[in-house]
Amino acid sequence: MATAAITAERETYLNSAYGLKSWLLTKDHKRIAVLYFITISIFFAIGGTFAGLIRLELLTPEGDLVSSETYNKLFTMHGVIMVFFFLIPSIPATLGNFFLPMMIGARDLAFPRINLLSWYLLIAGGAFAIFAMVAGGVDTGWTFYTPYSTSYSTTYVIATALGIFIAGFSSILTGLNFVVTVHRMRAPGMTWFRLPLFVWSHYATSLIQVLGTPVIAVTLFLVLCERLFHLGIFDPALGGDPVLFQHLFWFYSHPAVYIMVLPGMAVISEIVSTFSRKPVYGYAFVAFSSMAIAVIGFLVWGHHLFVSGQSLYAGLVFSFLSYFVAIPSAVKVFNWTATLYRGSISYDTPMLYAFGFIGLFTIGGLTGLFVASLGMDVHVTDTYFVIAHFHYVMVGGTIMAYLGGVHYWWPKMTGRMYPEGFAKLSALVIFIGFNLTFFPQFILGYLGMPRRYHEYSQEFQLLHVLSSAGASVLAVGYIMPAIYFLWSLRYGPVAGANPWGASGLEWRTPSPPPTHNFDRIPVVTFDAYDYSTVIPTEVNDVGH
Amino acid sequence: MGTQLRFMPEQASTIAADVDHLLYFFLAVSIFFTLLIFGAIFYFAIRYRRRSPNELPAAEHTGLALEIVWSVIPFGLTMIMFGWGASIFFKESRPPDNAMQIYVVGKQWMWKLQHMEGQREINELHIPINRPVRLTMTSEDVIHSFFVPDFRTKQDVVPGRYTTTWFEATKPGKYHLFCAEYCGTKHSGMIGWVYAMEPQDYAEWLAGGPTGSMADAGARLFDDLACGNCHKTDTNGRCPNLVGVFGSTVRLAGGGTVRADEAYIRESILDPDAKVVEGYQPLMPTFQGQITEEGVVQLIEYIKSLSPKPGTLIQQNGPLVPSSEPAAAGASPGQLPSGNQ
Amino acid sequence: MDTSSTHLETGAAHEAETLALREQFDTEEQQRDAATLGMWVFLITEILFFGGAFLAYTIYRSSYPAVFGLASSSLNLPIGATNTCVLLLSSFTMVMAVRAGQLGQRKAIIIFLIITMFFGLAFLGIKAYEWTEKFEEHHVPALSNFFLEGTSLQGQAKIFFSLYFAMTGLHALHMVVGVGILLFIIWKTSQGTYSPEYYTPIDIAGLYWHFVDLVWIFLFPLFYLIDRHLPR
Repeated sequence: MATAAITAERETYLNSAYGLKSWLLTKDHKRIAVLYFITISIFFAIGGTFAGLIRLELLTPEGDLVSSETYNKLFTMHGVIMVFFFLIPSIPATLGNFFLPMMIGARDLAFPRINLLSWYLLIAGGAFAIFAMVAGGVDTGWTFYTPYSTSYSTTYVIATALGIFIAGFSSILTGLNFVVTVHRMRAPGMTWFRLPLFVWSHYATSLIQVLGTPVIAVTLFLVLCERLFHLGIFDPALGGDPVLFQHLFWFYSHPAVYIMVLPGMAVISEIVSTFSRKPVYGYAFVAFSSMAIAVIGFLVWGHHLFVSGQSLYAGLVFSFLSYFVAIPSAVKVFNWTATLYRGSISYDTPMLYAFGFIGLFTIGGLTGLFVASLGMDVHVTDTYFVIAHFHYVMVGGTIMAYLGGVHYWWPKMTGRMYPEGFAKLSALVIFIGFNLTFFPQFILGYLGMPRRYHEYSQEFQLLHVLSSAGASVLAVGYIMPAIYFLWSLRYGPVAGANPWGASGLEWRTPSPPPTHNFDRIPVVTFDAYDYSTVIPTEVNDVGH
Repeated sequence: MGTQLRFMPEQASTIAADVDHLLYFFLAVSIFFTLLIFGAIFYFAIRYRRRSPNELPAAEHTGLALEIVWSVIPFGLTMIMFGWGASIFFKESRPPDNAMQIYVVGKQWMWKLQHMEGQREINELHIPINRPVRLTMTSEDVIHSFFVPDFRTKQDVVPGRYTTTWFEATKPGKYHLFCAEYCGTKHSGMIGWVYAMEPQDYAEWLAGGPTGSMADAGARLFDDLACGNCHKTDTNGRCPNLVGVFGSTVRLAGGGTVRADEAYIRESILDPDAKVVEGYQPLMPTFQGQITEEGVVQLIEYIKSLSPKPGTLIQQNGPLVPSSEPAAAGASPGQLPSGNQ
Repeated sequence: MDTSSTHLETGAAHEAETLALREQFDTEEQQRDAATLGMWVFLITEILFFGGAFLAYTIYRSSYPAVFGLASSSLNLPIGATNTCVLLLSSFTMVMAVRAGQLGQRKAIIIFLIITMFFGLAFLGIKAYEWTEKFEEHHVPALSNFFLEGTSLQGQAKIFFSLYFAMTGLHALHMVVGVGILLFIIWKTSQGTYSPEYYTPIDIAGLYWHFVDLVWIFLFPLFYLIDRHLPR
C-alpha cells in the first residue's frame, strides 16, 4: 500500500455512500467524527465572535459599544458555547471518535447507534442554546450561580440550562461508548500496556464524563425545577443554601476541566512521539498520570469556593488536595520534554503546536498553583488572573492540542496534505496572538480588575488594549487554518497512508481509511511507538 | 489612555505585603520551571533535529530515578506553597479581638455600610488606619463579593447568612472597592471607595455624622416593633430576657445548645421557631419581610449592647464614643438560661 | 449486518442469533459483554445522577431535622408502602422474564414483561394519585397556598416538598422510560428476535428496571420513614 498511487476506485469511508442521508444516518464512527468536526467548528466560530465583541467592548473603560445587559449576555454565551459545545466535545468527539477505534484495531465503537445519538443530542442541546441566544440571550454567567440564576435573572435561563442538560447526555454517552470500546473491542494482541497514550488519556477522560456529568445534569435539573415549577431548593429566602449549588456545580465543573485538557494531553503524547520518532519517555508514568488526574480531579472542587463562605477547614483540605493534581500534570510535561532528548526531531506543523502546548500548558499549570494557594486565591479569585489562568489551560492547552491534532491527522482523515508553510505561519501567529491576549490579563488580575466587568477603571486600560490587540492577532491565526484546510480538500497534495512515519495502527491503513478501518483486523505484536516496525510513505503530489 | 503602566497594586494593608511575598515565591518557581521547560525544548529541538529522513533514534528506557526526582521535587515545592498560603489564609480568617466592627449589606447594585457609631454610608467606607476592621456582611438579594485589591481582601457576601472578613489599613488613601462576584446587570457599577484615614481625621469624620449609635438605632427599632412587650428585662416576660444573651450559650427546647452569635440572632428574628429557647413557647411571629437586613444588624448591635463584656467590641470604641460604658444590667451574663424570644 | 444466514434450518431463533451480531463485533460473546458493561456504566452514571439530589437531601435533612420529620409524617405512608410492594413485585416478575429469556420461552417472556409493565403503570398511577393529594393538602411548594400544619418554618417545609417532588418526579420519569423500554422488548420478543443464545436486551432492560426499583428503595425510607413519629 505504500507506493501504490491512490486511485479514486478504492472504497473509503468518504466515498462508500453519497448524499446527505448517508451522513445523517451513518453509524460509521469516522463519519460521525466529521459531523462533530463541522458542528463544533460552527460553535467555535460563534463563541469566538462573542469573545471578539467582548474584547472590542473592553478597549475603552466606558461601556460604549454595547449595553451592560448585552455585555453580560456576551460573556455568558461565550462561556456556555465554548465550554459545553466546543471544548468538552472538541477532541474526544472528533479526534477521539475517529481514531480511538482505529488505534485499538477495532472496526467501530462498541455502540455506533449510540454514537450517532450522542451527536444528535449535542445538536439538540445546541439548538436550545442557540434558541436562547436568538430569543434574547442569557446573562447568568456560564456558572449559573444561584440565587441569581433561579430568582433574579430575567433572561432565557431555562432554554440554556436545558440545552446544557441535553448536551451533557451527549457527553455521557460518548464517554460510555469509549469505556466499553476500550474494554471490549481491542484487537488481538492489543494489551492495555500496548495502548497508545492517546487511548489511556481518553479512557481517563471518559471516566470523568461518566462519573461527573450526571452530577451537573441533576444540578441543572434542580435549577430548572426552581425556575419552571417554583420549587425551592437553593433559595436562601426559604432557608436554602446557594453555596450548596456551588458545591454541586464544581463537583462536575472542576473535573470538566480535565475532560477538556486530558484529551489535549492525549494528542500531545502522539505528536511528540511521532515527530521525535521515539516512544514517549516514561510510558507507564504518563498513562497512570492520566488516571491519577481523573481520580484526584474529583476531590478538589472546593478550591473554587475559598471565599464563598465554606469553612476554614474545608478550604485547607481542598487547597491541600489541589496540589496533588499538580504532580501528575508536571510528570507529563517532564516526560514529553524528556522524549525529545536524543530524538529525531522534525519541525512539522503538529510538532510546533505541541511545543506551543507544552509551553503554554506549563504556564497555565504553574499559575494554577497560585490559585490553589489559599492566601493567594483570596486576592486573585474572580479577577482577570483566573481568566488568564484558565485560558492558558483551555485555549493555550486544549485548543493548541486540538489544532495540532487536526493538522496531524488531517492527511489520514481526508487523504490530503495542507500547505505546510501557511500552517507553520498560523501556528506562530496563534502562539503570539495568544500570549499577547492573555498574558496582560495576569497582571490585570493581580492589580485587582474583577472579571465580568462591563465598565472598568481608567488605570486598567493600557493592559486591556494590549489584550484586545492580541485577540485580533489570535483571530487571524484561527481564520487561516479554516481557509487552507478547505483549500486542501480540493487542491492539497495527496497524502499516503503514513506521511509522518508514525507508528499507530491508524497509520497502517490507507488514507482515508476504508469503512471498516482495516482490510483485515490487525494482530498486534509490538508495543506502542515501536518505530522499527514503521514504513513511512512519501507525500504523493500527483493526483488532484 | 489611562495612567502609567503598573504591575503591582498598592500595599495598603497589613496582609498585602504577606500576599506579595508569597507572589514573589510563586513567580520565582514559575519562572524557573518555565525557563527550564522552554529552554529544554529549544535546546533539544535544535540539538536533536532530524538530519536524515530515515534516521531511527534508539528508544530510551524509563529512568525510575528520574521519574521520582521530578515527582518529589515539585511535590515538595507545592507543599511549601500550600503551607505558606494556608498560614496567610489563617491570618485573614481570624479577626483580632480588638477589631472595630462594620456591617455591610450588599444589594443589587450598591454597598450599604454601617458604623457602630451610627454613620451609614453607601459605596463609601471610611476607616482609620492602623486599626483592625472586622466586616460582618450579608446580602439582600444575590451573592456579591467584597473586594479591596489594595488590601488583598475578598469575601463573598451571601444572602441568608453572615460572612466575615477583616483587614487593617496601613496607609492613608483612597482605594477601590469592587464587587467581585457577578451579580447582574450593573455588576460593574457596584463599586465604591474605601477611605483610609489618620485616626484623628477619622474621628473628625465620625463627629460630622449623625448622633446616636447603631445600637441606639437598634433600640428605636426594638421599640417600633414592640419587641419589648414580650422580651422584658426581667424573667417575667413571655419571651427570654435579652440581657446578657449575646455571646452566651443558649439551651434549646428539645435539647442541644447554640452559641448566641450574629447568625443565631438573625435567624431568631426572621425564623423564630427554628431554635426555640428551653422553657419558652414558640410564640414569636416572624419578622421576615417587615425588617431590612440593615435593620436586623441594628437590632443585633442593640442586643450586643445589652451584654457588654470585657474584650467585646463596644468598649474599645473608647476615645471616640464616650457614651458606651453602661455596665448596667449585664453583671452576670450567661447564668440564667437566657436566650432570645 | 445481515448477510446470509438462511442455511440454518432450525428456524427463526437461530436466524435471529446470527442476524443480531453487529458488524463491529467479532463474536456474540464480545457483543454480549459489551452491552452488559455498557449498561453497568450507564447505571453508574445514574447513581451519580441521583447521588447529587440525594446529597442535597442529606444536607437539608441534617440542617432542618425537625421540619423534615414533620413533613415526613405528613406523607401518606400506606400509599408509599403499597408502591414499594408493587415495585418489589415488578422486580420479581422482571427476573422471571429474564429467566424465561434464558430458556427461550417466548410466551412466558411476553407474559412476565406485561405483568412487570402493569406493575410499573400501577406504580405511576398510585404516584399520580398521591401527587393530587398533595394539591388538596396544600403541600405543593409552587403554589401560593402552600402550608404545612404545625410549624412556622414554611420555608424549610417548602424545601422538603421541593425535594420530594423533584426526586420522586425524577424517579417517575425513569419509570416512564422503563415502561417504554418494556414495550419495545415485548414488541421485539413477539417478532422472535430473542433466543437462549441472544437475550441480552432483556437482560439489560432487567438491569435498568432493577436499578429504578432500587432508587425507590432508597427514596421510600428517606422521605416516608425517617423521623416519622417525631412529636409535633
